[in-house]
Amino acid sequence: MNGDSLAGTRSLLYKEVLRFWNVRLQTVAAPVLTAVLYLLIFGHVLEGHVKVFETISYTSFLIPGLVMMSVLQNAFANSSSSLVQSKVTGNLVFVLVTPLSHWAWFVAYVGASIVRGLVVGLGVLLVTLWFAPLGAAEPVWIVVFAVAGAAVMGALGLIAGLWAEKFDQIAAFQNFIVMPMTFLSGVFYSVKSLPAFWQGVSHLNPFFYIIDGFRRGFFGVSDVSPWVGLAVVGASLALVCALSLHLLRIGYKIRH
Amino acid sequence: MAAVSFQQVSKIYKGNGGELRALDDVSFDIEQGEFFGLLGPNGAGKTTLISILAGLTRASGGRVTVHGHDVVSEYAQARRALGVVPQELVFDPFFSVRESLRIQSGYFGVRGNDAWIDELLQSLGLADKANANMRQLSGGMKRRVLVAQALVHRPPVIVLDEPTAGVDVELRQTLWQFIARLNREGHTVLLTTHYLEEAEALCSRIAMLKLGRVVALDRTANLLAGTAFMMLSFKTDQPLPPALAAQARVTGRIVQLKAHDAAEVESLLGSLRTAGVKVEDLEIGRADLEDVFLEIMQGAPGGERVAA
Repeated sequence: MNGDSLAGTRSLLYKEVLRFWNVRLQTVAAPVLTAVLYLLIFGHVLEGHVKVFETISYTSFLIPGLVMMSVLQNAFANSSSSLVQSKVTGNLVFVLVTPLSHWAWFVAYVGASIVRGLVVGLGVLLVTLWFAPLGAAEPVWIVVFAVAGAAVMGALGLIAGLWAEKFDQIAAFQNFIVMPMTFLSGVFYSVKSLPAFWQGVSHLNPFFYIIDGFRRGFFGVSDVSPWVGLAVVGASLALVCALSLHLLRIGYKIRH
Repeated sequence: MAAVSFQQVSKIYKGNGGELRALDDVSFDIEQGEFFGLLGPNGAGKTTLISILAGLTRASGGRVTVHGHDVVSEYAQARRALGVVPQELVFDPFFSVRESLRIQSGYFGVRGNDAWIDELLQSLGLADKANANMRQLSGGMKRRVLVAQALVHRPPVIVLDEPTAGVDVELRQTLWQFIARLNREGHTVLLTTHYLEEAEALCSRIAMLKLGRVVALDRTANLLAGTAFMMLSFKTDQPLPPALAAQARVTGRIVQLKAHDAAEVESLLGSLRTAGVKVEDLEIGRADLEDVFLEIMQGAPGGERVAA
């Protein structure tokens, strides 16, 4: 990459970050509020009834799950909705006529998704910390799984955004794939509490490893080894990155 | 080296039950510094050709270069040399006018571009809208921003795809003065338009497309000179005699008839008098580009739709 294309990539990244930041009430504050509502309601109902780890209260257990759920959903929402919106309104042409390479597109869209995911996640963490104490036993896993999880979802959102032609297709992708996979990944419970069959199914869900590894960073305990988690998340990341780069390179559904 | 070179460009859209040949073996060059017009009726393939040039669409065959750079294999250099004003009135609702221009400039790796951005805003009458959000602008103002966005990286080749469609007279004047200035300063301009008087006034050379094929390509002056006929035009409320009605172009009350010499004018007027048609505002003029255009479009063999 020479200086011009580096500056071009930075401009697209800046534009993508500015896009969500200009409407932060909707893109940051709203998801933080949603996560806090989950915490209040589930924490209130289940606190004292569910014990996942011996020394950890349910509310404390819930917080990292909710933080990661917010990171994942918002990282996905950022790249997918930005692309679909630009395609529907036609202003994607401003980027299409530039010399920006498929790598530049990839770095900018996925990068902005990571930023949005982390900003929302941090917001959720700061607000929910007020409700329960939370340590950071192995902080490196917190950072690694937060960034990797956001990157997986940013790239997946990029694929969905390229594929979708209308907003309802993105909504379907979100409601029928992203939501079930995040909810069934152990945000609200430990998969150890599930019957053996469903434990097995959960282990096929890459989101399970992201949340489990992220939680490990806070409590120092996890359902599976964080190294196994890292391997699964790394493989998922490689897959979605390769696919999104390929689609960008061939101009899938954007250059006809 | 040509500013833009189209070489045997074709585009086939495959659809349900058949294929549409949108462009069929289109070849011509636009020299540096030219003000070039691309004309044709709706569906002739003008926008498809421009989309291929800009990299928005991929050609099915042939090759396009900008300043010698292939638009596919050397897309970065080709796009740096191009400024495209799209036909659709698109905008990004999240940003102000100045933000949009700075961002667009950044995509091309051009930094510290505020002096040129200010000059663009000034020249296009946008200076007082610099900090307004794009959503707040009228259609005409949005169109001006599109022009500014296309020029923000100082491209040597400017492509305008029907930039004055649905635009008021004042903007048309501002726009043409500015584009003509850029052309005098050495920029190459490729224009598609439905307003033939604009093409006649601005373009030194013209290509006409019909159903994906080039049906005329010449200097504007030659196209006009090559048509050795006059136009007899008048207004009337009455029906024309059948012999004249067949060759007349009628627009509401206005009737236009083609005549090759004075004798033919006399004979036309004679037929009108015999038929008792009352004629108002009679004028006899040289054929303009619109007449040439219609002549060529009616006479030229069209492309074909190939059913699969």
